[in-house]
Amino acid sequence: MVSSVPLTRAGAFFLAAFSLALGSAASRAETTKPADPKPVKEEGGRYYDVDGAPTYNIKPDGQVDWLTYSGYRRYHAECHVCHGPDGMGSTYAPALAESLKTMNFDQFSEVVVGGRQNLGAGNDRVMPSFGLNKNVMCYLDDLYVYLRARSDDALGRVRPAKRDDKSKEITDAEKACLGE
Amino acid sequence: MRRLLVLTATAAATAFFGAPASANDSVLKLTQDPNQWVLQTGDYANTRHSKLKQITTDNVNKLQVSWTFSTGVLRGHEGSPLVVGDIMYVHTPFPNIVYALDLNNEGKIIWKYEPKQDPTVIPVMCCDTVNRGLAYADGKVFLHQADTKVVALDAKTGKVAWSVVNGDPKKGETNTATVMPVKDKVLVGISGGEFGVQCHVTAYDINTGKQAWRAYSVGPDSQILFDEKTTALGKPVGKDSSLATWQGDQWKTGGGCTWGWYSYDPQLNLIYYGSGNPSTWNPKQRPGDNKWSMTIFARDADTGVAKWVYQMTPHDQWDFDGINEMILADQQIGGQTRPTLVHFDRNGFGYTLDRKTGELLVAEKFDPAVNWATKVDMDKNSPTYGRPLVVDKYSTEKNGEDVNTTGICPAALGTKDQQPAAFSPDTGLFYVPTNHVCMDYEPFRVSYTPGQPYVGATLSMFPAPGSHGGMGNFIAWDAKQGKIVWSNPEQFSVWSGALSTAGGVVFYGTLEGYLKAVDAKTGKELYKFKTPSGIIGNVMTYTHKGKQYVAVLSGVGGWAGIGLAAGLTDPNAGLGAVGGYAALSNYTALGGQLTVFAIPQ
Ligand code: HEC
Repeated sequence: MVSSVPLTRAGAFFLAAFSLALGSAASRAETTKPADPKPVKEEGGRYYDVDGAPTYNIKPDGQVDWLTYSGYRRYHAECHVCHGPDGMGSTYAPALAESLKTMNFDQFSEVVVGGRQNLGAGNDRVMPSFGLNKNVMCYLDDLYVYLRARSDDALGRVRPAKRDDKSKEITDAEKACLGE
Repeated sequence: MRRLLVLTATAAATAFFGAPASANDSVLKLTQDPNQWVLQTGDYANTRHSKLKQITTDNVNKLQVSWTFSTGVLRGHEGSPLVVGDIMYVHTPFPNIVYALDLNNEGKIIWKYEPKQDPTVIPVMCCDTVNRGLAYADGKVFLHQADTKVVALDAKTGKVAWSVVNGDPKKGETNTATVMPVKDKVLVGISGGEFGVQCHVTAYDINTGKQAWRAYSVGPDSQILFDEKTTALGKPVGKDSSLATWQGDQWKTGGGCTWGWYSYDPQLNLIYYGSGNPSTWNPKQRPGDNKWSMTIFARDADTGVAKWVYQMTPHDQWDFDGINEMILADQQIGGQTRPTLVHFDRNGFGYTLDRKTGELLVAEKFDPAVNWATKVDMDKNSPTYGRPLVVDKYSTEKNGEDVNTTGICPAALGTKDQQPAAFSPDTGLFYVPTNHVCMDYEPFRVSYTPGQPYVGATLSMFPAPGSHGGMGNFIAWDAKQGKIVWSNPEQFSVWSGALSTAGGVVFYGTLEGYLKAVDAKTGKELYKFKTPSGIIGNVMTYTHKGKQYVAVLSGVGGWAGIGLAAGLTDPNAGLGAVGGYAALSNYTALGGQLTVFAIPQ
């Protein structure tokens, strides 16, 4: 189930992170292709697809919604040291621009919150658990939306040049989540 | 035969260094013997120069693979093997396996040591699980594991003689560096600059592992081991020189990590190393010079007390860690022989200092693309003496949070990262593997959670614009004048440590996987061979049964494996540029392997 209220979601993930941290990290599971990325609903500058999952909204002139832009920034701060620039992958972590072709928002969130271990064969790979990291948890939607746009080729290997302004709703939610 | 050589070398060493150090100087003696390779850096001076000269500019083109060994690990392989007598010691990235190979028996495994480490340490190591190798002293092989456990192994049996835990991965403390045995101690550093760790160098007793001293890079004088005699640029630094340059308690998460190389001058009894970036990467969040991050340290080898310091990049705004090696060489400068220290910094400046006093002699760009500063102020009377003169346009501090500062050269990975340079006393030149990559950098506010990344900036990197299109150069550098003598363009960053030899040949590896041999005088390529995977390891040489061998670890990865795997593009160049630069993944794939070369009889 995907909640459409970002704050509750972040809160739930903090909890999920605690329980996951106790057990062993999740192992690679079957993934599901996300729904059509076309937005069917807009709420305070955020866009959602038919399943209620966050999605991007890129205008024909290339102007991106705030979350896509914010996701670009957060990705290149928190994830790119492992997953490579623009979600293209590195020698030791998968290309998320590929992964997200077949990964829905819940599955994505589960890995980011709980982490994942894939040990053996001379190539121990570990995705850290970010459940307690506000610099990631408060931007889960943003990261997903950006990578989703990359996986659909709706956004190239570029920094989004034009973007919507940051809405008051997004600003307020960010502050609340960061506890500022 | 071997014994005779060792004895001659010992005599020479004593003559050169005058009175031998009172305590254990066995390492010093071993490093004087070119038949063996007992420290990652070749010698205490970090020259990575070998006196061996069977392989020359005339015959290097006849080089062939003599034997190979797969490490069984697929991640980035930094560092190099060691050779002590008839045994070669090979290390791997996480899980940090150590193999002792019998050179008398075609590399048969004498013993193997595989530590048990908690895999949660893996993602705490920013940028792959590399390890820069072992060191040998007094019949022991020293390993500093990813999880910060320092282990002394019996060189003959692989049995653990002692071990000690240097840090806590749960707080973001890990290790990638080698250790350095000096006299009766082993020096070790620590990583964690992206996790807000307050980093340090620690000396452990070589026989027992008992802590002798610990010196932090940032903090109160009692922690950084500064006294009233500690100087910077010839002047005493005064009380609380670090604390005064941080806001409030920020030094406690201040970084200044020590994941690089260590050198040692036995005559001055000083050790040298550099400290890394201040945490976070958002400069606005940590006002002040953030001393002593980004600093060259000279410390007393016995007590750890700092003799002098020099901060290269005060108040870092680009992640230009100062941890690269300090090469000790005596050079003629201004008509005088000076005991110099030469350092090629991430920030793109090649520094030459007097290693006795810390006086700054030369500071020049070793890549013409470097643009974040016009120069280092060399005017002793200037209030900004010794400081880089930062260009406003490229100052992420000036431009501020949430502003994307574009076109900064070099990128955060530096004009050169840890991949060590070599110095040839024959040519007087330094051979430097470099990166030719620029970046956009956008700092923003982040909150600190212990054990979680504390980054605070968005980066994108791309090949230096308006140049040859490649992402690296291999250069020869004159450190007396601060000038490039020759420069070979490379398609990818050169992420392999160089080896200089008395045969007039300089060796290095490339990310595509080539081992290359070039003429030390001209840079002319004399030989290349494509090994099974990209090379980020360092080239070494040794003899066995009187014959010279050259060895290197292949195994692509490390920081180079992040961006280069898929290729780098200029984010501002528009869609047209996508795919303009070839991806490393078109040339090589994962694989840890040792390749040993020799000239067939
Ligand atoms: C320290 C390195 C590291 C960092 C930082 C990191 N990851 Fe990962 N991540 C990995 C590795 C390694 C894997 C693959 C694990 C495996 O093989 O099961 C992975 C897997 C994933 C997957 C699953 C992909 C798939 O194909 O199944 C997702 C989604 C993911 N990461 C998202 C992120 C996001 C979002 C960030 C930034 C907030 C991030 N990661 C930061 C190392 C990292």
